[in-house]
Amino acid sequence: MSHATRTREQGTDRMLQLTAVGQRYGDHRVLHDITLTVPAGQLLCVVGPSGCGKSTLLRTIAGLLPAHEGTVTVDGAPVTGVPDSLAVVFQDYGRSLFPWLTVRDNVALPLRRRGLARAERRAESDRILDRVGLSGAARRHPWQLSGGMQQRVAIARALVCRPTLLLMDEPFGSLDAQTREDLEDLLLEVHRTDGTTIVFVTHDIDESVYVGDRVVVLSPGPGSRIVRDLPVRLPGRRDQIATRGLPEFVALRAEVGRAVRGGE
Amino acid sequence: MRWLRLRQELWLGLLGVLLAFGVCEAVSRAGLVRRSYLPPASEVLGRAVELTGDPVFLDGIGVTLRAWALGLGLACAIAVPLGLLLGSVPLVDTATRAIVELLRPLPSVALIPLVSLLLGSGTETEVALISYASVWPILFNTVYGLGETDPLAKDTLRAFGFGRLAVLLRAELPATAPFIAAGIRISAAVALILAVATEILSGFGEGLGIFIAQAGLATDGTRDVLAGVVWAGTLGLVINGVLVWGERRLFPWTPEHREAAGGGARL
Amino acid sequence: MSREAETAPQGSPAPASLPTRARAAAHTVLLRWLVLVLAVGIWELAARAHGSVYFPPPDRIARHVHELWFDGPARHLFLSSAAVDDILPSLGRMTAGFALAAVAGIVLGVAVGRSRRAYALTNPVLQFARAVPPPALVPVFVVVFAFGTPMQIASIAFSAVWPVLINTAAGVRNTDPLRLDVAAVLRLNTAERLWFLVLPSALPRIFAGLRLSLSLALILMVFSELLPGTANGIGFTLTEAQTRSDLLTVWAALVLLGALGYLLNTGLLAIEKRLIGRGRAP
Repeated sequence: MSHATRTREQGTDRMLQLTAVGQRYGDHRVLHDITLTVPAGQLLCVVGPSGCGKSTLLRTIAGLLPAHEGTVTVDGAPVTGVPDSLAVVFQDYGRSLFPWLTVRDNVALPLRRRGLARAERRAESDRILDRVGLSGAARRHPWQLSGGMQQRVAIARALVCRPTLLLMDEPFGSLDAQTREDLEDLLLEVHRTDGTTIVFVTHDIDESVYVGDRVVVLSPGPGSRIVRDLPVRLPGRRDQIATRGLPEFVALRAEVGRAVRGGE
Repeated sequence: MRWLRLRQELWLGLLGVLLAFGVCEAVSRAGLVRRSYLPPASEVLGRAVELTGDPVFLDGIGVTLRAWALGLGLACAIAVPLGLLLGSVPLVDTATRAIVELLRPLPSVALIPLVSLLLGSGTETEVALISYASVWPILFNTVYGLGETDPLAKDTLRAFGFGRLAVLLRAELPATAPFIAAGIRISAAVALILAVATEILSGFGEGLGIFIAQAGLATDGTRDVLAGVVWAGTLGLVINGVLVWGERRLFPWTPEHREAAGGGARL
Repeated sequence: MSREAETAPQGSPAPASLPTRARAAAHTVLLRWLVLVLAVGIWELAARAHGSVYFPPPDRIARHVHELWFDGPARHLFLSSAAVDDILPSLGRMTAGFALAAVAGIVLGVAVGRSRRAYALTNPVLQFARAVPPPALVPVFVVVFAFGTPMQIASIAFSAVWPVLINTAAGVRNTDPLRLDVAAVLRLNTAERLWFLVLPSALPRIFAGLRLSLSLALILMVFSELLPGTANGIGFTLTEAQTRSDLLTVWAALVLLGALGYLLNTGLLAIEKRLIGRGRAP
């Protein structure tokens, strides 16, 4: 997999392309005319008010929902069903992990289609658990862990196959502020090292600016459109205290906030 | 869109019934199974419909239903107060737990020989057995339902100075009622099983079970046996349907999971 | 690296000390069995005083149970020849019928539950099949199979399959849609999805159905043996004793049946605990 050098420069290859994508739920229009190009290696944040269809957008990209209008292309190939080398982290870790499997087995599950032997799967699984800071939790069951740790397991499961595109649906929304900060930094570190393209959906404006290379704002539903598309010009290395105090951060955050409220 | 799906499901259900009917019909007429063993579904259905006009048969159904109703009623009269007692006084509940757990797994049909020896082979035996078997689901559901009462309601009444019995009647009974109703619904099915089983075994007299048993002994009686089975199934469906409807009317606010923990009663 | 605690934050008060809990548990056990022992004792005294042939005293019943079935040689597990002739065939038939019902019920239940269409198609027929009181079907099987073991196994299996089938289908249908999305994202194939997601998720409901089926299997086992024309079995012992007015044997058989039922149910519960695991939140 590409290890883009640590930098917030945008690669030129298009990892993800949405063209005039529209989505419906019955008679209900949910998304309208979404056109977006995401270069490889970018961490894109999608923000919007509740109910504006952010999750639906993510599901459409993932191939879980066929686009009603328009096309979605991942790594050059149009999306029909779930593309290979795509991973998703959901918000509800309690439900997205399988409680009857151990942490290790949960994380090793996507490795089955790689044709690895059992011992190799276990080794890979343990390696990635170390990476996300969960060494020693391999034999436990998810429900024995705290919320933050469970979400780390979910992230580990997403990363174990080294995906080229990672989708995250409000992954830290159910966690307390402290845990959220830890996981944001974990995500940044992983992104820096692996260079995975990430689409990160959140309703937290501060988070979107802190974490992202670029922030896209959706209008309130029904029929959400993209109303703002802002690059995040902040230093590459982010720090929870320092970065959030920078004037550029405050200005960006205000701009995004205005866009979310006013839909301008 | 929702109701469109519902309509589609209804049509599919109807199709399923027709398909099942068709399969049974075809299997029999094609001679895959001997005609005397499994007459075609149309014949069975025809006979079942024919029986609606047969006064002797209808009398028999009446006998069965009377025994069923009596047994079920008796069971309610015993199980509800007993359940309320057991549920309200944990000491009594724990004390009797061993007896209950030992009696519970015994299949009620096994008691038919004993009760027949004690009470003869008339209606008393049937009613006694039906009652015994029907007591358990109602009892368990009552105790379970009592345990599910919101303590806040009880505490509020107690704070206002109501005594133990008043709390029971005013707060716990209404809250437990849906569970009791669900228990009665389960017991209704159990009661039907015991009614039919007792009748089949007694061999003489009147009743749906007798009709089936005697048809079973007659040569070429399979058609009647199956017609009797259709009647039994229909009775079961109707009883269940009426009780479910009644539950929904009386307790529209409660969710589906009212049945006692452990997936329903022992039979 | 992380500031989080190693274990899930519980926030519940510290549990009572071990000796206190042990004592409380012992009290409960004692209380439970006390009333039973009391009841048996009262029965014993009343029966001896009254001398009614219909309610023999418990110690006589116990002795009779031993005489009939458990006075065999040690190498036969103390089973007498009568036990081998009667109890084992009964149990064998019931187990065969139950096993058949369980396997067929789960397999068909999964098939029906997986597709909304299949479920809608089969639901009315299944509801009808479940509504038929199983004893009513036994004469049908008698006609088709004639008396004997195949008839009994068929009756048991055919009656016991419905709760498992219906419950399995319901459990499969209720698979969390989010987890199905996860399975799609993880690119699990059908077999993997079944083994790692659908079946484990439906297991509680499947076991609820299995417990009901076990009850039904016991009932049908006894009932099919109560019918005239059977040659052996516990039910046969019951009905044969009834014709001879041998109440002692009737009571003995009842005690045996109760014990068997209790053991089987406990066994099933133990298996359920083992498979579903300790207190996990589904």
